[in-house]
Amino acid sequence: MISLEALKNEVQNWLQLHVGSTMALIAESVLLGILVIALFAVLGLLLVFMERKVSAVMQIRLGPNRVGPKGWLQTSADTLKLMLKEGLTPDGADKFLFNLAPFIIMIAAMLIMVPVAFARNFQIWDINIGVLYISSVASISVIAILMAGWSSNNKYSLLGAMRSGAQIISYELSAGIAVITMIILTGSLSVNDIIASQENGWWIFKGHIPAIIAFVIFMIAVTAETNRAPFDLAEAESELTAGFHTEYSGMKFALFFLAEYINIFIVCAVAAILFFGGWMPFHIGHWQAFNHIMDYIPSSIWFFGKTFFLIGLIMWFRWTFPRLRIDQLLNLEWKYLLPISLLNMLLMTIVAILKWYL
Amino acid sequence: MHEVAGTTPEGDFIINVGPQHPATHGVLHLVITLEGETIKKIEPHLGYIHRSIEKMCESLTYRQFIYVTSRMDYLSAHINNHACALCVEKGLQVEVPLRAQYIRVMMDELTRIASHELWWGALAMDVGAFTPFFYAFRERETINEIMEETCGARLTMNYMVPGGVMADIHPQFQQKVNFFIALYKKKIEEYNELVTGNIIFQNRMKGVGFLSAENAISYGCSGPVARASGVACDVRKRYPYDVYEQVQFEEVIETGGDSFARYLVRIREMEQSVHIIEQLIDNIPEGDFQAKTKAVLKLPKGEFYQRVETARGELGVYIVSEGGTTPYRIKFRSPGFSNLSALNEMAKGGKIGDLVATMGTLDLVIPDIDR
Amino acid sequence: MSIQQYIQDVYGAIKSLLKGMCVTGYYFLHPKEIITEQYPDNRATLKLAERFKGEVVMLHDENNEHACTGCTACELACPNGTIKIITQFDITPEGKKKKALNTFVYHLELCTMCNLCVEACPTGAIVMAQNFEHSVYDRKQLIKTLNKPGSKLRAGVE
Repeated sequence: MISLEALKNEVQNWLQLHVGSTMALIAESVLLGILVIALFAVLGLLLVFMERKVSAVMQIRLGPNRVGPKGWLQTSADTLKLMLKEGLTPDGADKFLFNLAPFIIMIAAMLIMVPVAFARNFQIWDINIGVLYISSVASISVIAILMAGWSSNNKYSLLGAMRSGAQIISYELSAGIAVITMIILTGSLSVNDIIASQENGWWIFKGHIPAIIAFVIFMIAVTAETNRAPFDLAEAESELTAGFHTEYSGMKFALFFLAEYINIFIVCAVAAILFFGGWMPFHIGHWQAFNHIMDYIPSSIWFFGKTFFLIGLIMWFRWTFPRLRIDQLLNLEWKYLLPISLLNMLLMTIVAILKWYL
Repeated sequence: MHEVAGTTPEGDFIINVGPQHPATHGVLHLVITLEGETIKKIEPHLGYIHRSIEKMCESLTYRQFIYVTSRMDYLSAHINNHACALCVEKGLQVEVPLRAQYIRVMMDELTRIASHELWWGALAMDVGAFTPFFYAFRERETINEIMEETCGARLTMNYMVPGGVMADIHPQFQQKVNFFIALYKKKIEEYNELVTGNIIFQNRMKGVGFLSAENAISYGCSGPVARASGVACDVRKRYPYDVYEQVQFEEVIETGGDSFARYLVRIREMEQSVHIIEQLIDNIPEGDFQAKTKAVLKLPKGEFYQRVETARGELGVYIVSEGGTTPYRIKFRSPGFSNLSALNEMAKGGKIGDLVATMGTLDLVIPDIDR
Repeated sequence: MSIQQYIQDVYGAIKSLLKGMCVTGYYFLHPKEIITEQYPDNRATLKLAERFKGEVVMLHDENNEHACTGCTACELACPNGTIKIITQFDITPEGKKKKALNTFVYHLELCTMCNLCVEACPTGAIVMAQNFEHSVYDRKQLIKTLNKPGSKLRAGVE
């Protein structure tokens, strides 16, 4: 059976044998860069298409169905159009920051990919502070958004950026605390250790009610962090036209757009790792036969399946709920999510001390 | 007036919302003074879709000018036409057959439901939920089909003529309307689950855009906007026309005065409209659908005024006649204009998000304001 | 705010949100509720209401005869100047001069489909057709002559 792990080992061995270890490292780095960019492109196309189809069915429409079979080439055509469009820079804009912002948001999104385990033993770098790394790098994107909003020299953009700044900084707290709640159980920040600790059951099942609360809070917080509806105040098209990227067009706009979807993928991947065992197959207690069949499904399919399920959940939120107002958004964080998640963390500590989770 | 761009001397932001902006539902231009996100002042600028309909009407005969009024408040085209037809009939002293009156009232109420459906979808879109818009349009489509079958058009029907209606109802009209009523009663539950009960929506609406009863009266607000502030002003009750006197319905009044009250008024008004249609649909009397009128209508010298309740409020038609075939002067009192003028009072002190929610509950149709 | 109130708020909020998600979730799981009409594809089966006001046409029978006497009632009834009737004088068999229709010019680009001309026509010569696909590349193509070439007034129509 072909697995990503075997493929990786093959390539590694071949490189070690033929070009020597230093060159192999360089070649691998280049290869990884290409792979990440390719993954970005594919994910972007796929997620945008998925969003359009999901929203269409929820809204009793058909969605894109003209370009290519069943509309599958729609997003590729859109991307092509965006690439060919002129990337306008407004006269009054701070040109350097204006052009830099889309790249920063993209680079931040790319960096988060590093510790994500896509399959069994298939990871760019098993960094021992993996989850911490993800939370910290994810907050770089707020700089890019502020940059874009400020440098556009547009009042709508500025308002959007300021909203986004307040929003991301607040929601990072409860997202972080939800992560810490799970770290209490795993005892390690490394992504691999977190996944390994879920071999005999995912945390969402093993961790009792605190894990479920932590999951809900995490999902709400990351929806806000990725500026998705119902927390899409930074772009709020009925209020601020397009918020922080009002002045962007062409490929520069596409990078913002793509980064939004990549961020969704990453936060859902993190949620899958923390609560659903990453690439770990679904096992039920002592049903050996059942567990064996589950093991046969490749680990990468488990990982992507869980992630896409969570992405679907976030899309479901988006196409159901109205948008919050800025003060309500902050109220929700500081008066509801933060106290609840702190209390939840305390509960989880009790669960961990009493070792109820085995 | 402030300079249109830039900041005030006090250092407050001035933002132009519109004339091209997704929240204004048309070419409305608002100049907003902002302090942070808080609105200090709103100045609506009009005139972007002014077509001088009143002047146009002066050169059209009494049969012709009715069609133009469909283009004012295009969401209640029937009701506008109805107002004009009633006003001309007042001048001509024509008795409209009972059958025509029944048809007119039913069409009015169907139009009101269709208009409120669209408002509901658009309001949900304003506050950020896209999906309700499509559900609203699905039900609205049923009404549009009924209109298409009987009147021959979906939006600007031109069905009302002086003396009655242009054509008799389609043979399937009753069946289709009954089907719509059944469908509507099923779907309103869905609306309430999806939007009315939603905690985010309620928080966006409650306590936002408050308009006191005194202000509602002094700004000349009418329709659901005034009734949400506790002002009883339903023309159908106060100055009944056609068969509104004979039907049972409740004048929907809320006392909240905020956006949520205006929302509830419209939702409950739809139910009342359905109630009115239910009473009429199976009892349409036999008879003519149009009274006999002369080919060329001439109003006697004098002034004629007729008010009706459109989906947005009180529409007044004022005709000055010099005895000729065309009106000497026509003036429309449109509900949207007065309702918009209260916007500054409502949205002052709120956030930008509140402005959008408030504007959504005003249910503005810009061609109605500008004419 | 008491603790009980706080918990009730959170519970009520989550319940209302889940209710909304049930509605959209239902439509997501029931694709048969989709109402999209794929217009150019369903052109063959598309059925418009018989009263639909698409454009004004003049009825001609199999003998290429119409009922228009050229009385210009429609021209007078039209609020937009959409209709222009050019008349001529025919010589009747009795040797009298009689006004008759030469050309019925119809400006589709000005028409608002208000139906007033059809109402005004004393002989029922013009009706509304259901055609709604009016887009053309040249504006001149929207100026139509409604009476067919060689057509004449049906006998007996006054």
